[in-house]
Amino acid sequence: MKFDTPATTNPIDQLRVIGQPVNRIDGPRKTTGTATYAYEWHDAAPNPAYGYIVGSAIAKGRINAIDLAAAKAAPGVLAIVTAENAGKLEKGSLNTAKLLGGPDIQHYHQAVAVVVAETFEQARAAAQLVRVDYASAQGAFDLAKLTDSAKPEKITGGPADTKVGDFAAAFAAAPVQLDATYTTPDEAHAMMEPHASMAAWDGDKLTLWTSNQMIAWNVADIAKTLAIPKEKVRLISPYIGGGFGGKLFPRADALLAALGARAAGRPVKVALQRPLMFNNTTHRPATIQRIRIGASKDGKITAIGHESWSGDLPGGQPDGAVSQTRLLYAGADRMTTTRLAVLDLPEANAMRAPGEATGMMALEIAIDEMAEKLGIDPVELRILNDTQVDPEKPERSFSQRRLIECLRTGAERFGWSKRSAAPGRVRDGRWLVGTGVAAAFRNNMLTKSAARVRLDSSGIVTVETDMTDIGTGSYTIIAQTAAEMMGVPIDKVVVRLGDSNFPVSAGSGGQWGGNNSTAGVYAACIKLREAVAQKLGFNSAEAAFADGQVKSGNRSVPLAEAAGDGELAAEDVIEYGDLAKKYQQSTFGAHFVEVGVDTATAEIRVRRMLAVCAAGRILNPKTARSQVIGAMTMGVGAALMEELVIDKRHGFFVNHDLAGYEVPVHADIPHQDVIFLDETDPMSSPMKAKGIAELGICGVAAAVANAIYNASGVRVRDYPITLDKLLDRLPEVG
Amino acid sequence: MKSFTYERANSPAEAAAAAARTPRAKFIAGGTNLLDLMKLEIETPSHLIDVNRLALDKIEPTSEGGLRLGALVRNTELATDERVRRDYGLLSRALLAGASGQLRNKATTAGNLLQRTRCPYFYDTNQPCNKRQPGSGCSAIGGFSRQHAVIGASEACIATHPSDMAVAMCALDAVVETVRPDGATRNIPIAEFHRLPGDTPEIETTLASGELITAVTLPKPVGGKQIYRKVRDRASYAFALVSVAAIVQRDGSGRVALGGVAHKPWRVEAAEADLPRGAKAVTAKLLADARPTRENAFKLTLAERTLAAVLTEARG
Ligand SMILES: Cc1cc2nc3c(=O)[nH]c(=O)nc-3n(C[C@H](O)[C@H](O)[C@H](O)COP(=O)(O)OP(=O)(O)OC[C@H]3O[C@@H](n4cnc5c(N)ncnc54)[C@H](O)[C@@H]3O)c2cc1C
Ligand code: SF4
Repeated sequence: MKFDTPATTNPIDQLRVIGQPVNRIDGPRKTTGTATYAYEWHDAAPNPAYGYIVGSAIAKGRINAIDLAAAKAAPGVLAIVTAENAGKLEKGSLNTAKLLGGPDIQHYHQAVAVVVAETFEQARAAAQLVRVDYASAQGAFDLAKLTDSAKPEKITGGPADTKVGDFAAAFAAAPVQLDATYTTPDEAHAMMEPHASMAAWDGDKLTLWTSNQMIAWNVADIAKTLAIPKEKVRLISPYIGGGFGGKLFPRADALLAALGARAAGRPVKVALQRPLMFNNTTHRPATIQRIRIGASKDGKITAIGHESWSGDLPGGQPDGAVSQTRLLYAGADRMTTTRLAVLDLPEANAMRAPGEATGMMALEIAIDEMAEKLGIDPVELRILNDTQVDPEKPERSFSQRRLIECLRTGAERFGWSKRSAAPGRVRDGRWLVGTGVAAAFRNNMLTKSAARVRLDSSGIVTVETDMTDIGTGSYTIIAQTAAEMMGVPIDKVVVRLGDSNFPVSAGSGGQWGGNNSTAGVYAACIKLREAVAQKLGFNSAEAAFADGQVKSGNRSVPLAEAAGDGELAAEDVIEYGDLAKKYQQSTFGAHFVEVGVDTATAEIRVRRMLAVCAAGRILNPKTARSQVIGAMTMGVGAALMEELVIDKRHGFFVNHDLAGYEVPVHADIPHQDVIFLDETDPMSSPMKAKGIAELGICGVAAAVANAIYNASGVRVRDYPITLDKLLDRLPEVG
Repeated sequence: MKSFTYERANSPAEAAAAAARTPRAKFIAGGTNLLDLMKLEIETPSHLIDVNRLALDKIEPTSEGGLRLGALVRNTELATDERVRRDYGLLSRALLAGASGQLRNKATTAGNLLQRTRCPYFYDTNQPCNKRQPGSGCSAIGGFSRQHAVIGASEACIATHPSDMAVAMCALDAVVETVRPDGATRNIPIAEFHRLPGDTPEIETTLASGELITAVTLPKPVGGKQIYRKVRDRASYAFALVSVAAIVQRDGSGRVALGGVAHKPWRVEAAEADLPRGAKAVTAKLLADARPTRENAFKLTLAERTLAAVLTEARG
């Protein structure tokens, strides 16, 4: 199905199942431990062996020699794979660094060997006997020192630099100016389930049970890495214990399970040990962002400039921190630039809302600073500079843009009017209390997505697509879509995901999964409805599907009859025309946060949070809310604690476990509220939905930062905002 | 993890003797620290002596009017004991500020005292660390040292002791009771129990090889306001950047120990005389010889400000 004209009324609009707060249909399997995660396919490939990865002890250089003698002789060892004996391997097109290093080493904890043994414990013990002799080389690890040598590099969805009018002149002429530099640190996805895979070979055919967000991408890239045809690779990934972008690409677990299984002649399981999860995998890169804003005295932005620097390994990509600045606020003269430095740190890549997440951390503090300079309320300043068209290409309007309504609704619900504009005025016992606001913004992406729908003689509708559910609720919204379309209750729908034998879907990432994958299911259901109508002798345009019946006029036939004794199946793909070119499709929101800053210790604790989101049709308010509160929590982490600390001498992230890399715990997140504006976006898909799960993080950290400023009067521009950055600037105690 | 042999001891003397018999043996109690370190091969005992069956799991009154806390009393039990809560509130609060409910259910009095540092380089076996591998160097010096010691450190090691419980015990003048392999028992005042790193950061306590902790005794209750204030970046489940254990009497006199600043709970009795004069005077003496790194110099300000807040709370 080609989607190239705005959606009109369709069966989804009935909202009998879609739009309802349906519980997750995979919930019982998860709470009873019967959902099989990658490491848990005990029956699928009996008698597996276990692989344990050895990570490089240096960041850059070469392996002179590896001595495997002691490890090979250790109890239970079946095989040890290194670059030397692995056979020819290519680099996957989605990887920047090789998944198996050697002799050249590209980053710390790059895998240099996998030890395969009868038991996990034996593999782990033997792995520690692998002796690697390294020749270490000088590397570049400090982004701040490399800004001059950084090169322009294009970002996802746009060029490196954009320019409209004459920014320099307009900024110089502006009566009110801000010129500030912000930094965001490297961040880890830190999901609960580590990267994990089990591999089994049947002749030249490889099956990988893995934990991966993008099935088809990974089939292709695993095949490329192993230099085998992609028809020989099957990927199975129905349950994923969190990904956040860390599982978009093949990682060392998958490749080394495959190589280990080949070498051992047995199925092999490999999970990344937690200490490898920070340097062996990808991470969100650190940024340095300079923002300049010029405005007239009445608060109209006349000039806006955003420059961003980030780093990655050679051949890598930059963070797209300037993306939102191209679209979010009006202003005639504007510029953005993106520069990429070469670093020898582990590979940088996507993490939840790549680009906007970091960009909004800086931009939305800048707006708060401007509001203060102008003496205008920060909610009003944002409203004043709203634009209904793409400010770089004014001929393009937004498909939907209700930022103002998000801000106004949020301000009303949060009690914004009670706020003291002057910082440091509100005390509650030992706490200095303040509130902050930030806009939320994240683009909406359209990518084709296919599904197969089967109807059987008992009226069960089975959906098959290689879509993944990374804890987001894909199973549930896909079931809701099929139930709505076929007119059956949700318990008559079976959803099967995450298998490369199924039609290729959008996958999970970039908050594109929900809208696109359900649109693919919609397309397949339209086909199935036609087939059913034809089979039962209805005119498909007139047939209504409801209550397990197909009806037209006085005639009503059970849906199941269309399957006869066998089944009726249909498959289709949703493909998009140029609506996304004609209209800018983005999602909007507003974050409001109240924090307390301890008067003595400067400890910062969030007290309450509110997000208002306008993101098209909300397919399931319960799963959508879960996504948003999770994203808000992650935003608090980014604001207050998350930082991969670089040892700039040796080039690695030092705090590489969950004790050292802190993410919020329950006690950090006391009260969260989410409001969805009632919206449909007919430009996005027949579902009229958009992404939501990444919108929820964009702007949160800045709202926290702004609340800290409002509470304490201390403006911190370097994340994370830890107490040591405030302490010296707080009033005396006692 | 290296292979090891295992036995279960039935009496304290038997446990100590077993330790003497087997070179590179270690006791295992809750295992919440030791097992993690064994998996990473930071600890590589050849033999484990399980002390969990020893009858050292009671909290009993002493003839001096104090309490004897068995070495195997679980942290949860200790924190919630009615007598501890009433007479040694500081200890209860310090325990509850540490780790998580699940960990405290396993963790023991002795194991808590002997838990090892959380220096990230200690945990990364690719990196030099004098504590893990004597003579290899200290990666934290000149590296990431935000969590590290500001006082009492050495050129060899700047690690901190991570225990909250020990800081409270230090302020309470607790005494560690032990039995040695030859059956001799002794009492070690807590202030002399943990060592500063000096040239041998791998030696963390004054325990002899094979010496088993049997109990910790608390002297007669001293009353006063007892406050434990632990400062950290997140609200729970994190080690202290700085912690303050204070006992403040009605007349303003009292005791103070700091956590998160040194290789052991940090207490300087001479500084306590200045308590009535306020936090500035006390910390000036307590931390007079501080030599922080650039990354952790904030701990000096933080300690002073936290103590000031604690003293205000005590007066209130
Ligand atoms: C995630 C996490 C978070 C934590 N957070 C905190 C925190 O915030 N604050 C805090 O204070 N602690 C914290 N801890 C540490 C925790 O308190 C310790 O792990 C625990 O107290 C150790 O007790 P255990 O009985 O399990 O010791 P074990 O691991 O069994 O033993 C520790 C050491 O003590 C020795 N030992 C045990 N018993 C005896 C004995 N009777 N005589 C002589 N030697 C003995 C062992 O040989 C070993 O060397 C945390 C731990 C974890 C894993
Ligand atoms: S501070 Fe101590 S524990 Fe840390 S690296 Fe240095 S020697 Fe090792």
